[in-house]
Amino acid sequence: MNRIDVRGLTKRYGPDTAVDDLSFTVEPGQVTGFLGPNGAGKSTTMKIIMGLASPTHGSVTISGRHYRDLPVPLTHVGALLDAGAVHGSRTAHSHLLALAASNGLPARRVGTVLERTGLTSVAGKHAGGFSLGMRQRLGIAAALLGDPQVLIFDEPVNGLDPEGIRWIRGFMRSLAHEGRAVLVSSHLMSEMAQTADHLVVIGRGKLIADTSMTDFMTANGVGTVLVRCSEPGVFARLLTAAGATVRDGPESSLVVSDLAAGEIGKLAAYHSVVLSELSPQQASLEDAFMELTKDSLEYLGATS
Amino acid sequence: MTAPAAAPAAALAVPFSRTVHAEWIKFRSLRSTWYTLAGLGFAGLGITALGMSTVGVDYANLTAAERADWDPTNQSLTTYLIAQLIIGVLGILVVTSEHATGLIQTSLAATPRRHRLLAAKAVLLTGVAAVTGQALMFISFFLGQTMLAAQGVPNASLGDPGVLSAVLGGGVYLTAIALLAVGLGTILRTTAGALVTLVSIVFLVPGFAGLFPSGLAGILDFWPSQGAAAVLTTLPNPDYPYPWLNLGGMCLGVAAVLTVAFVLFRRRDV
Repeated sequence: MNRIDVRGLTKRYGPDTAVDDLSFTVEPGQVTGFLGPNGAGKSTTMKIIMGLASPTHGSVTISGRHYRDLPVPLTHVGALLDAGAVHGSRTAHSHLLALAASNGLPARRVGTVLERTGLTSVAGKHAGGFSLGMRQRLGIAAALLGDPQVLIFDEPVNGLDPEGIRWIRGFMRSLAHEGRAVLVSSHLMSEMAQTADHLVVIGRGKLIADTSMTDFMTANGVGTVLVRCSEPGVFARLLTAAGATVRDGPESSLVVSDLAAGEIGKLAAYHSVVLSELSPQQASLEDAFMELTKDSLEYLGATS
Repeated sequence: MTAPAAAPAAALAVPFSRTVHAEWIKFRSLRSTWYTLAGLGFAGLGITALGMSTVGVDYANLTAAERADWDPTNQSLTTYLIAQLIIGVLGILVVTSEHATGLIQTSLAATPRRHRLLAAKAVLLTGVAAVTGQALMFISFFLGQTMLAAQGVPNASLGDPGVLSAVLGGGVYLTAIALLAVGLGTILRTTAGALVTLVSIVFLVPGFAGLFPSGLAGILDFWPSQGAAAVLTTLPNPDYPYPWLNLGGMCLGVAAVLTVAFVLFRRRDV
């Protein structure tokens, strides 16, 4: 099966622990979002997956093998870790041709991936003159050279314009639809909400959450209900009596938690309170993410 | 893992020649490579031409004893002094430019067996240095001898005793220096650091040779630009009766540096 298994991964740099006993799995056919604040250990983890850094403890396998033992690596795993990792004086075509040759891939693959990433017209230009967006595309072209079943992208939308961001989002989705395992890191929850099916959240190198996107939204939605009615003061007392927590919302509305919207409606009908609005609030993912990582940081801060 | 499962994987593994081919594509696709090689030709031959142009006058002023030590072959091959630095730059850049740009990550993702990647670079540089270095030595020799002949000064031909050995020795010497540069580039990872170290080895240490305590002076018999360059002469030298041994000693030193480079390259994170 084409998947990435991270098991008990720990990486220490002297006294600093960059990755701390991290375990998770990247499954095929979906986009796994790898989320955490800057410095959480995402890039370090990805480098260890790629065999570029060695773990202090633990292991990473790709389809059951260590990266170093893959016979033709580019046909198993494609990665974009750093869009700047090209020699600026080399043309896009030469850069890709050398990579293809190193894995014994036919030279026509170069034309194929240039076309898929929309770089055909600049294939003969030096990569040094490329915009960040074009470099990202070149990095993705390199990742696709061997038509791999596992793809790894480190912050692929960083510094891109809206057009480029939308292109990459769609691209990740299409790769997952083709049955590939896609691991994408980001420090922005909103970015993940657009692309990921599964979430792995880390903070200070530790696993905070490993869950499907849907479960994550349900579990972390604070689940408040916005209520507008003719006599908010009276209704607030009734709600509190029914066990809800009520606070004042904008424009004399009420923000109710611990009581479902349906129950609030029944309560209003029973007491003949006229409601002008009754709307469950979808908790913002960014808030949920902040909440998660904040807790983790406080926890770590208190014990270390 | 059962044997039948392992067999096809081994059969599908990338042959080493592919890794070398990829390094060759990287090498030839940089304009700086060709500028450096052009620089090697211009500087090397320019020095030969300049050095040989006034030798006729020098020779006329020599005493009989000095004329006995006249070595036209060695005169025409002194370009090795500059050539070793330029070829060294090529050897350094083939490693350090990848570290400077971050390309090393991409290269190691494509070729995760690190010994294989570094070995491919070493093989490439051996080929490039052997061809260009040897060509430069031959051209310098013929250019120098032609100019000497034109000035009516004693000159050598390739068939004379020791001449072919000296010219071939120059090619081997330059190839060894290229490999030394690959090793230094791998160990130090920065172009500036590796270049300073190379210049120190080939120019500074020989320049301060007189200051060496006698215990250390023996190592200079095998040092670049010192004993190891004795192979470029055709006259017997009492200090270096077997100049190929001195060159062999330098090659052993280069092998030691390369060994350290392979160990570090394997162990380090990039």
